[in-house]
Amino acid sequence: MNNSLIMIIVASALINNVVLNQFLGICSFLGVSKQMKASASLGVAVIFVITIASAVASLMYDFVLKPLGMDFMKTIIFILVIAALVQIVEMFLKKKSPAVYEALGIYLPLITTNCAVLGVALTNVQNGYNFIECVLSGFGTAVGYTIAIVLLAGIRSRMNEKDIPAPLRGAPIVMIAAALMSIAFMGFGGLSF
Amino acid sequence: MKKCLERLYNGLLKENPVLVLMLGMCPALAVSTRALNGIGMGLSTLAVLVLSNLVISCLRKVIPDQVRLPAYIVIVASLVTVTELLIKAYLPSLYDALGLYIPLIVVNCIILGRAEAYANKHTPLLSVMDGIGMGLGFTVALTLAGALRELLGNGTIFGAQVMPASYEPMTIFIQPPGAFMIFALIIAIMNAIGIKTRQRQLVENGCDGNCALCATACEKKNPAEKKEGGAEK
Repeated sequence: MNNSLIMIIVASALINNVVLNQFLGICSFLGVSKQMKASASLGVAVIFVITIASAVASLMYDFVLKPLGMDFMKTIIFILVIAALVQIVEMFLKKKSPAVYEALGIYLPLITTNCAVLGVALTNVQNGYNFIECVLSGFGTAVGYTIAIVLLAGIRSRMNEKDIPAPLRGAPIVMIAAALMSIAFMGFGGLSF
Repeated sequence: MKKCLERLYNGLLKENPVLVLMLGMCPALAVSTRALNGIGMGLSTLAVLVLSNLVISCLRKVIPDQVRLPAYIVIVASLVTVTELLIKAYLPSLYDALGLYIPLIVVNCIILGRAEAYANKHTPLLSVMDGIGMGLGFTVALTLAGALRELLGNGTIFGAQVMPASYEPMTIFIQPPGAFMIFALIIAIMNAIGIKTRQRQLVENGCDGNCALCATACEKKNPAEKKEGGAEK
């Protein structure tokens, strides 16, 4: 494993954090982060799906779309691949490991509409990554997402006990917390190997 | 006709997708760095939304219920691809500015949300009006946020210098944290106005017992419920 591969993971997890820097997957980031446990389960589900989805999307692009010259079809193909993949993963887990399936609950099907999955697949293609780089960047991105959502859930559980001004209750205060986290994550911009 | 206008009002103000329903936050936060980008993204989404509402509404009796979501996704993805190619061909500078977020219109929750909540139950004309209303609401929210961010972070609106030359731009507002901050403030201001209106109504008409709509502090409401997250436990 050489430096550039490690750099891909670090860059996608921390420096270009998918939520706080690129604004992908905001819906679930704001919606699910109410409780620590749910956030952690969603994080695990996202790591699982994004890593597999980047691998499959990369194979589809290299061996089907590029040879056929159908580059412009990538949005349609990727979204269908992701939707099908989530279904397959769901059925597989239900059959093979009901415990994990129970733990992930409704979060698994919700991931289809998480724009981070499609976003990572498209960015990978744009950057011209090979198969291994795609898998690592997918994994790194998902880890970054999990870090962000678990941190936010921790902040929110503390915020619940505070007396927040009425207009700021709900979404606004969560977004202000996210803004402060985003400033903190900007500090990773100086990181390099 | 009245119904059509009511759809427009609904999308622009009453159920503004970004500011009230909190749908489509990803592109809203990401591309609102400049007012012009906000308009570009808003209008691209509007075009996709109107066409997808039209197509889905026309096909609402043809598409079987069990496979409706995959069918909608394919329709939306095709429309997005067409839009992407058109923007790439005719507005290359906008294409560079929006980048990844144009293909990501596919997973914009507003589009699937309106298809599921409105277009598959109503006539094509009303669905198109609903799309225009929602699309305009999205565009207005994005342009407003874009203009504020551009003003604070760069001293300009639509590229024209507004602030005096002595103004030192706060670049944080055109960087990612500024997006969260501006949207938080816009939504907080809308909440504050909502609470004021609500309090006036309560004084005039008395409590209607609808605590779900009510953001005021009121002893009838369980104090634990006021704090978010408390209701789900």
